Amino acid sequence: MSKTFLAAAISAVVLAAIPASAQSVSEKLAPCLACHGESGTSQNENVPSLGGQNSYYLLIQLVLFRDKIRVGDPMNDLLKGVSDGDLQAFADTIAKLPPPKPAEGGDAARVEKAKALAHQNHCDACHRLDFAGTENVPRIGAQREDYLLKTLRDYKSGARHGYDASMADVLAPLGDADFIELAYYLAHSR
Amino acid sequence: MALCSMSWKPVLAGAVVGLLALPVTLSAQQAAPGAAPAPLPSPTTNSVLMDAPKNPAAQKLAPVAPPPIAKAADQIPLSKFHVPNGFKLELYASGMVNARSLARGDKGTIFVSTRLLDRIYAITDNNGKHEVKPLYSGLFRPNGLAFKNGTLYLAELNKISKIENIEANLDNPPKPVVIYDNLPSDEPHGWKYLAIGPDNKLYFNVGAPCNICEPPPTHAQLRRINMDGSGMEVYARGIRQVVGLDFHPVSHQLYFSENQRDWLSEDLPNDKLNRVTKPGQEDFGFPRCHQGNVPDPEFGWGKGCEGVTKPLALLGPHAAPLGIRFYTGGMFPKEYHNGLFIARHGSWNKTKKFGGDIVFVTLNANGTVKSVKPFITGFLQPDNNYIGRPVDILQMPDGALLISDDWNGAVYRLSYSKAQVSQR
Repeated sequence: MSKTFLAAAISAVVLAAIPASAQSVSEKLAPCLACHGESGTSQNENVPSLGGQNSYYLLIQLVLFRDKIRVGDPMNDLLKGVSDGDLQAFADTIAKLPPPKPAEGGDAARVEKAKALAHQNHCDACHRLDFAGTENVPRIGAQREDYLLKTLRDYKSGARHGYDASMADVLAPLGDADFIELAYYLAHSR
Repeated sequence: MALCSMSWKPVLAGAVVGLLALPVTLSAQQAAPGAAPAPLPSPTTNSVLMDAPKNPAAQKLAPVAPPPIAKAADQIPLSKFHVPNGFKLELYASGMVNARSLARGDKGTIFVSTRLLDRIYAITDNNGKHEVKPLYSGLFRPNGLAFKNGTLYLAELNKISKIENIEANLDNPPKPVVIYDNLPSDEPHGWKYLAIGPDNKLYFNVGAPCNICEPPPTHAQLRRINMDGSGMEVYARGIRQVVGLDFHPVSHQLYFSENQRDWLSEDLPNDKLNRVTKPGQEDFGFPRCHQGNVPDPEFGWGKGCEGVTKPLALLGPHAAPLGIRFYTGGMFPKEYHNGLFIARHGSWNKTKKFGGDIVFVTLNANGTVKSVKPFITGFLQPDNNYIGRPVDILQMPDGALLISDDWNGAVYRLSYSKAQVSQR
């Protein structure tokens, strides 16, 4: 895939995403949900499902993307110049989509072992026992496994800075082998 | 949509920080997804949630995040903040998301930092109207600010910079010049408070890289450097995190607020007000001893609290005291002179939240604490929710105080006049 083509494709999305003010919130959200999944569940590699996500967390991430504090293609370009009010409306609307369903099947022994790892490292405190999160703490249960793993790796490497330092703190004692198990478990958690 | 079928990779360039200073065991074997499960790691001692108790109440606690968008001026609940009789709290400026540390330029510009975002704001006075403009963005946890002789000093997470003649260049600010960067890059407690001492040196903290752990010798301390970045000295040790400091107007001794560990219990330990009396020689206790008299259940074995400098005052469990400021102005009544205001940001690691106020500390002649009394209240409401969180306190030339609030993205002005005293 050439970079030029990618840039052109992103520009096309940007043009689609920065709409005339007359557009409704759902019209403005259409390009977002084309990737993230209209029903709240993403079918795309490394693109998170957003259904049932906490609106406060969504708002924080949208602002961080818009202001290029969280760096990631194509989100920074898509959200450039979008108003606080629109971001709030996006967050509130997306939060009402149905949460994703856990990945089918799964190795029960592996899940059990990773559950203990998650508990030992207190993932189930801030993110809650059902991993639905709360307010600024995201829903991570039934999220895409590839996205969960990428997120853990990005926090660990410093490629992603959280809004605050909590994730950098809790991941400090963990390594990549742990992340693989945690992502597997959370994607399957029900 | 065509874009979604492409295997684009996130652009991460420029976002990766140095990891060399991380005081952790990196056990990252690059295993493929689906590989055999790793053995469970040994119990962690390096986490904000370490020892988080396993009961339903504790599992409802998580760090509280301030809104990422600023409140409109008319949405800021000023009338719910209560000040003593004769004082008046008014909005000075708003629209500054995550407003943190304050510094005042010689020509009257108020500089406002952020911790969770990447920017510095400048508030200028246009014929009595306070105008906010973004001064810098793209900074990394730029919490610390100080000003002297025309130069703004700025502490990001892992470097300290200066900008000379800043007030003449507010519309086109020059690139900050790094003066000191021999600093770790840990995110936990990595943000800095910055102040200039009466000795004309820059003072700042290097926090503990964890909730509770045995920190490397480079961490959990206060340092000072010359204004050009040279001559680093460790000024005090055994300090978990400093988020506010000031110098006594008469003795010139350094006073600082210190935030203590989480998850020990709902009511212990207290956060502290400390004073340095023997520069370079004192140990304030972290991680072995909390609040001067509580040995840590894990790190306190052996020496406990022996040899630890005791706090001047206990400021409440998880209360998060941040900015502290000695009052030397002429506006407030006499009893406030040379006393100390402390902004308590408020707790998260406590079921019934605590703090969310400004307290006033009256000192004895020898610099110890006589009393700590509530001064401005109402940031924490009876329903256990914050409607504001005070951060830093700055004295203005007329004796009024400016107070920043990172919840509402605002700065308030606190004034006093006899005419404001009501007969109540």
